[in-house]
Order: sequence, then structure tokens, then C-alpha cells
Amino acid sequence: MKSLKSEQILWEEKVPGGCHWSGLMRRGSALRFTDLQGGANVALLMYNAEDKLERYNMSDTLKAQHTAFFTHGNVCYSDMGRVMASIIEDGVGWHDAMCGLSDADLIARKYGKTHYQEQRNEMYRNAKDGVLVELGKHGLGKRDLMPNLNLFSKVTANEDGELKFQASHSKAGDAVDIRFDMNVLVVLSAAPHPLDPKSNYQPADVLLTAWHAGIAGEDDSCRQHCEQNQRGFINTARYYAN
Amino acid sequence: MSALVESKLSPDSAILNEVCKAGDPWSGIVKKGQIFRILDLEGNQAVDTLFYNADNPEERYSTSDTVQRQGQVYLSTGSVLYSNEGRAMLTIVADTCGRHDTLGGACSAESNTVRYDLAKRPMHSCRDSFMHAIQHSPCVHDRDMTKRDITANINFFMNVPVSENGALTFADGISGPGKYVEMRAEMDVLVLISNCPQLNNPCNGYNPTPVQLLIWNSN
Repeated sequence: MKSLKSEQILWEEKVPGGCHWSGLMRRGSALRFTDLQGGANVALLMYNAEDKLERYNMSDTLKAQHTAFFTHGNVCYSDMGRVMASIIEDGVGWHDAMCGLSDADLIARKYGKTHYQEQRNEMYRNAKDGVLVELGKHGLGKRDLMPNLNLFSKVTANEDGELKFQASHSKAGDAVDIRFDMNVLVVLSAAPHPLDPKSNYQPADVLLTAWHAGIAGEDDSCRQHCEQNQRGFINTARYYAN
Repeated sequence: MSALVESKLSPDSAILNEVCKAGDPWSGIVKKGQIFRILDLEGNQAVDTLFYNADNPEERYSTSDTVQRQGQVYLSTGSVLYSNEGRAMLTIVADTCGRHDTLGGACSAESNTVRYDLAKRPMHSCRDSFMHAIQHSPCVHDRDMTKRDITANINFFMNVPVSENGALTFADGISGPGKYVEMRAEMDVLVLISNCPQLNNPCNGYNPTPVQLLIWNSN
């Protein structure tokens, strides 16, 4: 990963493992996600901040790029055929697109039941409730919950379609840069990946570093990744034309 | 791929037996315990399908929950279709095709501009059929459903293999004339189908064709 110059950096915030976050990332800004202890997971959802009916669409994204996972060069499409975000640099190599969110039942079954009254903020949080809390802050709810990305997690499928979680994939300090190509409402949770077999609840903390990347140029590696992405960037540019 | 399982049910005893033409939407209610069959009349037809709890459409089929809970990308006999609340909505009880897609989603005018050509926008698409159903189909419209409710769908009969290195391909169909998939409803479900009109890839063998929909009462 290239190091960011201090004048590029807009702000930094740590999301403790298990916790949730949401915020507006403007067109041309980027987030560097850094896995602070290794084995992190960031469940990520994206909405057009000006029209939240337009949202990240897993299927359109995967079929446009003929991929079942994310790495450098890939972009995230909205359901309106526009590029919402781009993976402009990736020190991890594989981010899961298929497996969805952990929920309260799964976390309790795997790690044991906790409650705020006893554990205070050490309670075990789950991804589904985390993102629903954040969606609620923006007037959104269960109807807006679509298939999400899981940054830092690698899950492969064998010939028969059986999934396997690849342990020890992301290491402490690993990072990925996502540039926002639209004004995007970002909603995320740093709770464990649903298929993570670890028996202890120890989700890694994730550092968010917001920085100014600028909008994609003609020679941008994500734009040039495939002809589909070139057309997707044209659709995005038309949306902001005035 | 799982073993093919045939059904013992005869179309003669079905309480509903309809044909959905190529490019049309279809919607209906399947009550808890009833059996719902989708039959690929001419072969290689993708049937884009969404399910909702008929009493509370905020609860709906969830691709992520279905894939995650079974640790499995494809659907076949024995697969449970889970809701976003983690509840079983339907169970596949017979399948003579062998594999159905969870990842490919529905085609749309907008995604066609990306996948094929900016000039493909006017072509008919599954998303447009879903929007048509939202405006016109009583059992969808009367539940105040909107675009918000159009989530990632199942593509029955569609073959979208995922390789171990993470590549996704749209392969020739493995379905053929007369193949079917049959499922038992575990709750009262609203079914919303787009019988896919896509002409730009092999998901329909470049020739969209009609499908047959049947419902039987529980024994």
C-alpha cells in the first residue's frame, strides 16, 4: 500500500471490533480500511446519499466483472448501472461478496449470550443489528438491507458450491483503499464474519482513514479493468453532468 | 451436484396450473404446506424469483442468509430458502434440473448498459417486469411494495458456476424441456417472478420461452 501524505488525509477514526458506523463519503473521497489486529471483518453497505433507493447491488456488480469476490480493479455497482465505489488499492487480495451478515442468534450460539446490563460495551455485537441501527439513523430499515461486502474475509467455493472460510487471511496492518465515485452513504459493522470458525469473540478493530483521492481519471486502473467498468464510469459521469 | 429427485405429484390434482409467457411477470400466493412447482417448458429458461412473507413482506427471501446458513452457493433438492429474519420460507423437495443460481440476480435496463452496450437500455428486462408487477399486480401492489422491496433473487434453472479462484461465469444452461423444481412453503409466501427476457447472454439460450407454474394443496 502506498503511504498517504498528511495533506491528503481528511480524518481518522477507529471502529472497535464488533461496532458499527455510518457516514457520508463524497465523490472523489476514499476510505482506507486497516485491519489493526488481523482477522478483521467489515460488513459494508452503500447507498446513493441523494437517492437512497439507489444502492449497492451485489448481483449487478459480480456479473459485470465476472467475479465472485473483490480485489484491486473491481468496482461496486449500484442497481442503476453506475459505479458507486472502486477498490483502488488492495493489500489483502480477496474480500467476500457472498456470505452476508452475522446475526444475534448466530453470535449467541457461537460465542455465548451477553447483555449490556452485565457486560456493558464489551457485549457481543452482531453485524445485522449493527447495520440496522445505522440504517435507522438515515430513515432506512430492513427493506433496504441488501447483500453486503465483507472486507478482509476470504470464502471460496469448491466445484460443488460448498463454501470454505479461509482462516488467517488478513493480517495485522493489512489495508484496502476504497474510493467513492458517487456521494455515498456508507453503513458498516466490524462484527465477525458469519462463517469465521474462531471460537472466541475477538473481532479486530478497524481504522478508517478518510483521504482525498480525486475522481477517476481516464487511465484509472478500475475504469480500465474491463470494458464493463468503462461503461459504468460513463453512467456515473452522466449522473453528475451539469 | 446433488442427486436429481422427481416428484410424485400429478398436474391433474394441482389447484393452480398456469403458463407465464417469456418476458412476463407473475405473482401469486403459496400457502404454508402447499407445493409450488416451476416447470421449464422448452428448456434453458431463467426464472427470476423473489419470495416474501405474505403477511409481512418486510420479511423476504435473503440470498445472503440462504447461502451462509447452508455453506453452499447453489440450490437443489433439500435446500432451504431462508428469509432475512433467518426463518425457513420454503424447502426444495424435488428438482430434475440439479442446480439453481443464487448470485446472478435480475437483469435490468441499467445493468444491460454496463454489461453489453450503452445502447441496450431499451431492451426488456427482469427489473422492468418487477416494476410492472409493483404497479399492476394486485398481490404486490396491494401490499404497498416498491423498488425498496426488490432484493437479490433466485434464478431457477440458471447455471452460474463459481470457480475456486473466485471467477464467475454465465454458462450454458443445464436445464432442458420439461425439467422442474418443486418447493414446499414453510409459511404463507408471496411469489414474484420475472420470466427472464434477456437476449444478450446464454442464460435463456438466446431464446426466452414460457414456463408453467403449478400449486398443490398439502396432503
